Amino acid sequence: MSGLDASPRALVRVGVPVLIALAVLPFVAPPYQTVLLSYGLIFAIAALGFNLLLGYTGLLSFGHSAYFGMGAYAVALSVKYFKWTSMEAFVLSGLVATALIALVFGFLCVRYTRIFFGILAMALSQVLWSLAFKFFWVTGGSDGLRVPTPTLLGGLVTMGTGDKLDFLSHRYYFYVLALFALAVVTMWLIVHSPFGKALQAIRDNETRAEFVGVGVRRYRLVAFVISGLYTGLAGVLWVPLNGLTTPDILHWSFSGKIVFFTVLGGFQTFAGPIVGAVVFNYLETYAVGHTVYWQLVLGVVLVTLVLALPAGIVGTALRWLRGPGHRTA
Amino acid sequence: MDTLLIHALNALLYASVMFLIAGGLSLIYGVMRIVNLAHGNLYAFGAYVAAWAAGLVIAGMPAGWGYLVLGAGPVAAAALGAVLEPTLLRPLYRRAEEYQLLITFGLLLILEDVMRLVWGPYPLSVSALFEALGSLPIGEAIYPGYNLAVIVVGGLAAAGLWAFVYRTQFGVVLRATSQNMRMASALGVNVNRVYVQAFTLGCFMAGLGGAIVVPQQGAVLGMGPDALILAFVVVVIGGLGSLEGALVGALMVGIVREAGITFFPEIELAVLYLMAAIVLLVRPAGLFGRA
Repeated sequence: MSGLDASPRALVRVGVPVLIALAVLPFVAPPYQTVLLSYGLIFAIAALGFNLLLGYTGLLSFGHSAYFGMGAYAVALSVKYFKWTSMEAFVLSGLVATALIALVFGFLCVRYTRIFFGILAMALSQVLWSLAFKFFWVTGGSDGLRVPTPTLLGGLVTMGTGDKLDFLSHRYYFYVLALFALAVVTMWLIVHSPFGKALQAIRDNETRAEFVGVGVRRYRLVAFVISGLYTGLAGVLWVPLNGLTTPDILHWSFSGKIVFFTVLGGFQTFAGPIVGAVVFNYLETYAVGHTVYWQLVLGVVLVTLVLALPAGIVGTALRWLRGPGHRTA
Repeated sequence: MDTLLIHALNALLYASVMFLIAGGLSLIYGVMRIVNLAHGNLYAFGAYVAAWAAGLVIAGMPAGWGYLVLGAGPVAAAALGAVLEPTLLRPLYRRAEEYQLLITFGLLLILEDVMRLVWGPYPLSVSALFEALGSLPIGEAIYPGYNLAVIVVGGLAAAGLWAFVYRTQFGVVLRATSQNMRMASALGVNVNRVYVQAFTLGCFMAGLGGAIVVPQQGAVLGMGPDALILAFVVVVIGGLGSLEGALVGALMVGIVREAGITFFPEIELAVLYLMAAIVLLVRPAGLFGRA
């Protein structure tokens, strides 16, 4: 992992100005831009979790839609069956549901690595997709489930009689931003902890890690569950913003998007997935807004990226900043 | 009894198409160690070209020509494959397999929209070719003649592929490269050429699968990625890289799918994915694969 994010001082030096800029944004930018950025930050949480597996543990999951979707559907179902409206209850139910499913799927998946891991993760996520798709009396099928605007902080902050866009672009945006900051700091602590170092040791040399006493499978499982929890939290935060959840977010092509975020930013850096998710969100929104052939645009970007810039945006920028004498990875 | 026979035929019909798609996917993996996420799109591409070509022909000519012209589908898919392998995939063989998955995922997105760009958002169909073969009485029931033709084509393709891989000089080279690429290369095999040939052959099979479903189902957007996932189920069950495995996997998926549609429609797809997951857990290399 790159040196830039190795010391706590670097995190503070980069993180604090960015956080201040993000906090000021709703007061200067139009509400639409703020909502758009909320989506980006939410995807960034998902990508951050995903990259704990890809970048730090060396496992490429093509099934992370399962956890994003699980978080989203846990919220939608707790609205449908328990009439909950509190965001904190949503977060809690989403995280519990995601933890359970990530524990089961992870237990099965971490027995393998490489392509088998990826396909198994994908097959399991497709099971959830097909269930959400077919059990329409529970999940609404392809119509999905609607989720009303929640109340925040135990009912202290509500939409009241105000405008929904205003609620989403200010109160809800700050809620997302706070959880995003918390998620980033926590992930930073995780990857720089002894546990995080052990994961990187497993990634670099599984046999050697095993011999120095790292319980490889158990470490992988814990990383898998943390990764799933992050992606699940993103799903939970995404639902009220979107107002609706459909089986699309459980489909494997959504997993592909999460992979895309991470590679776009650069999976060999800490900040890569964050930057990648935010940039991808803008890219996709503008491509969808300007052409029906947005998949073509995204596909060309992805192919170009793999062939010409495999280190991603952040990786390439770091390499460029440091000059040719340094290596990032 | 008759209904059982009909179910069996439907299962075989489904298995024939799945074998063509999954067999190609497995062949490509077996030789090149690449999981081609765009493989379903080559199947869809074959379907679109076949539907487009047959649509042009059947307007003025007897139906017989229409069936012949469907052959444009596999030929076009093979040609596309022969262009894609050297340009997009070859630069990546030395890199981590993550990048290979990503580039084929990018290719999936591109091809999906290229088909929309060329043939528009609406399905293409040539159902005249489906109807022209009429139906056959099977006991008390009747069965579409075209479906039987698909089963025959699937069977012939499987036999032809087997003969090609196990009874020709090219097949020997192909299997040698699959077993040990470096050794084959050291013995004078032009590995680059084998790769492009294997990829082209795999794409040809996918295109053939697309072409033969067109009279029955038409060509629609999204058919590629849907087929890809089921082809994955087939190759995971049979074993990545094994043609026998693809055949057995396709038959199993055909049977389970037909039973699922009849008896448990809600969990039909879930059962298929679970089957794949269970096989992966019990035998990660699949029923016929080598680890």
